[in-house]
Amino acid sequence: MTDTPLSAQGPTAPSFLHRLRDWWSGETANPVKRVQFGHGLTPWLFVLPQLAVVVIFFYWPSAQAVTSSFYIEDPFGFGSTFVGMENYADALGSKEYLSTAWFTAFFCVVVTALALGIGLLLAVKADKVIRGAESYKTLLISVYAIAPPVAGLIGMMFFDMHMGPFTRLFAFFGHELRVGVDYWDTTIALITISVWKQIPYNFIFFLSGLQSVPVSVREAALIDARSGWRRFKDVTLPLLAPTAFFLLIINITYTMFDTFPIIDVIVKDKPANNPMTLVYKVYLDGFKGNDIGGSSAQSVILMVVVAALTVLQFRFLERRVHYG
Amino acid sequence: MFKTATAAIALALTASTAFAATDITWWHGMGGRNGEVINEISQKFNASQDQCKLTPISKGTYEEALSSGIAAFRSGEQPNILQVFDAGAATIIAAKGATIPAEDLIKGAGEKFNREDFIAGVRNFYADSDGKFIGMPFNSSAPIMYLNTEAFEKAGVEPPKTWEDFEKIAPKLKEAGYLPMTASQLTWMMVENFKSRNNQQFATNNNGYDGIKGTELVANDANQVMMFEKLKEWADQGLYGFYGAGWADNLKPFEEGKAAMWIGSSGSFGGLQKSAKFPFGAVFMPYWGSIEGAGTQSFIGGAALFAMAGKPKAENDCTAKFFTFLTAPETQVYWHENTGYVPVTEAAYELAKSQGYYDEKPVAEVGIQQLMLPGGEWTKGYRMGFYPQIRSVMEREFNRIFSGEVSVKDAFDTIESEGNALLARFAKTAG
Repeated sequence: MTDTPLSAQGPTAPSFLHRLRDWWSGETANPVKRVQFGHGLTPWLFVLPQLAVVVIFFYWPSAQAVTSSFYIEDPFGFGSTFVGMENYADALGSKEYLSTAWFTAFFCVVVTALALGIGLLLAVKADKVIRGAESYKTLLISVYAIAPPVAGLIGMMFFDMHMGPFTRLFAFFGHELRVGVDYWDTTIALITISVWKQIPYNFIFFLSGLQSVPVSVREAALIDARSGWRRFKDVTLPLLAPTAFFLLIINITYTMFDTFPIIDVIVKDKPANNPMTLVYKVYLDGFKGNDIGGSSAQSVILMVVVAALTVLQFRFLERRVHYG
Repeated sequence: MFKTATAAIALALTASTAFAATDITWWHGMGGRNGEVINEISQKFNASQDQCKLTPISKGTYEEALSSGIAAFRSGEQPNILQVFDAGAATIIAAKGATIPAEDLIKGAGEKFNREDFIAGVRNFYADSDGKFIGMPFNSSAPIMYLNTEAFEKAGVEPPKTWEDFEKIAPKLKEAGYLPMTASQLTWMMVENFKSRNNQQFATNNNGYDGIKGTELVANDANQVMMFEKLKEWADQGLYGFYGAGWADNLKPFEEGKAAMWIGSSGSFGGLQKSAKFPFGAVFMPYWGSIEGAGTQSFIGGAALFAMAGKPKAENDCTAKFFTFLTAPETQVYWHENTGYVPVTEAAYELAKSQGYYDEKPVAEVGIQQLMLPGGEWTKGYRMGFYPQIRSVMEREFNRIFSGEVSVKDAFDTIESEGNALLARFAKTAG
């Protein structure tokens, strides 16, 4: 406890103006913390560009979204009616919205689990390869260079209803695959393409994580346990935890937001009865349907969900991560 | 190098000072060959006079063009001309003050304008309930039925006029080894144009023309439900193939020569000439002989051009000039022959006919003839807000009908209740 609260600074706590002046001139209450910059404004100057970007591209539009979510508005901005929470009630009371929300959750769990699992498996195996390791790694990583819409297009060629090889493969096993018509068939395509696109990213991080596990630790583990699985579970995996935690957050964000172009390519602008994520629905209602109020309410709901999720992750998961 | 650059700058300077042409912009949602033809027409317009200079800009799809236009309008950066598609018409027409009615604009610029010059099926769709043109009809299309000529010869049957005819010939086409029919965009074909071809009411308030408040969808009526029960029955019997909401997925079996009939747009003609490797023809989209008063004209599909408000008079006059240029028979015929969209004026149709275009390509005439069929009480158009979303609801329910998840009646009940909720929401936007 080197930090002492401001109010406990001696017998008389400094007035607000006093503190403001101190802050302006860079005089902090606690001189120990004054390390690099002599002037209180200088550090602000350095973070200003970043702050400006965040304010202009995040806080300002977010505030706008919150405001519009309480109105039903003519798209051209002529008339608007204040409706209070009606947009929220409409969204949360709609069966379609809730089924989209459930799908998003399901999609998130499945894609994250598969992408992380397969990424880790490939990384562990690649870590052991000695001969031709470079070309093996390059092959795996190269998929990452493909832009999501292109990945979607490639995927759709495989899943095409009339001539896709996957459609033929499924037909061979007696299932008529109808991506774009059948809800679950489209789900299969969506998950396959999204996972495929994300594996290389996870692979790169897991591999570098594995390579930073010290050889001495590995050798020590070799003496303690003969079973490769136990060594992996008890030694390697805990050391990989920071990487895994980082990837978990990135993968959840990926499935919730960055799969947008893949969905867009698959549903081809006409979602019909096909599954989609909440973000895609925000886009559809806002940009295709020109329902600004309803779409804003949905994006606020999404914002709250993501914020809650992030807090939960950091509170409950990060505690268990050992940063070495 | 330096010399050429100076020369170019000098030239640019003299060009701008010498003519001082008024610049106007046109945002549209067309790509591929159609987008090229738009550029060609703009160049022709610019070459035809020297007061105005038109720049067309592609904004992606129809939906993207509309939402870009809206965003631009809200920040005061709107183009002079915005292309808006059929389903988005209600959105822009309801926003009074966002546009200048095309008719007022043209007359205000002292140009000639006569509603009667336009072919019957085109006159009302983008007009108000008094018939005043708000949007300028531009690329207009009609849903027509394309036929694989070989399939019909093989099966020894005649093209259908009515759906009853279809029921008679479809099994024979199936026997001959074909999938009898596919259709793209069922919302346009089997709901909107089911309404117009069979003269059926689509919405209260005179199909929505008489006001925004209180307009309700008429979707779960007996005839509409019957149309889809038949489609489902045909799909189960292998007489009709349903391939989801995507346009191309439903077209593909026809292009590959597997399907005998495909209901598509008259505007698809240009593309089909390249992609279909077999002789094909086209007939009107069928109607029901059993419905009294059926066989009327279809709604126009496609899009119209809207003159955006808030522009100086000189620019508006240029927009008016361009609208007049666009409806000139020569421009219309050029557009018609290069894209497959129908000409919007009678004079243009006559010109194309006199040039012998239809003797050479009879399929190109089917769409316009269908739009010139006698009209009925419910064939002038429909006007419903948030209509793109209502279409999405329909698309979702249609997938459920054909996968057997819901009955046709339940699906249309959902369409009507969700559609009406959207219409009620839209009424609130007018505040």
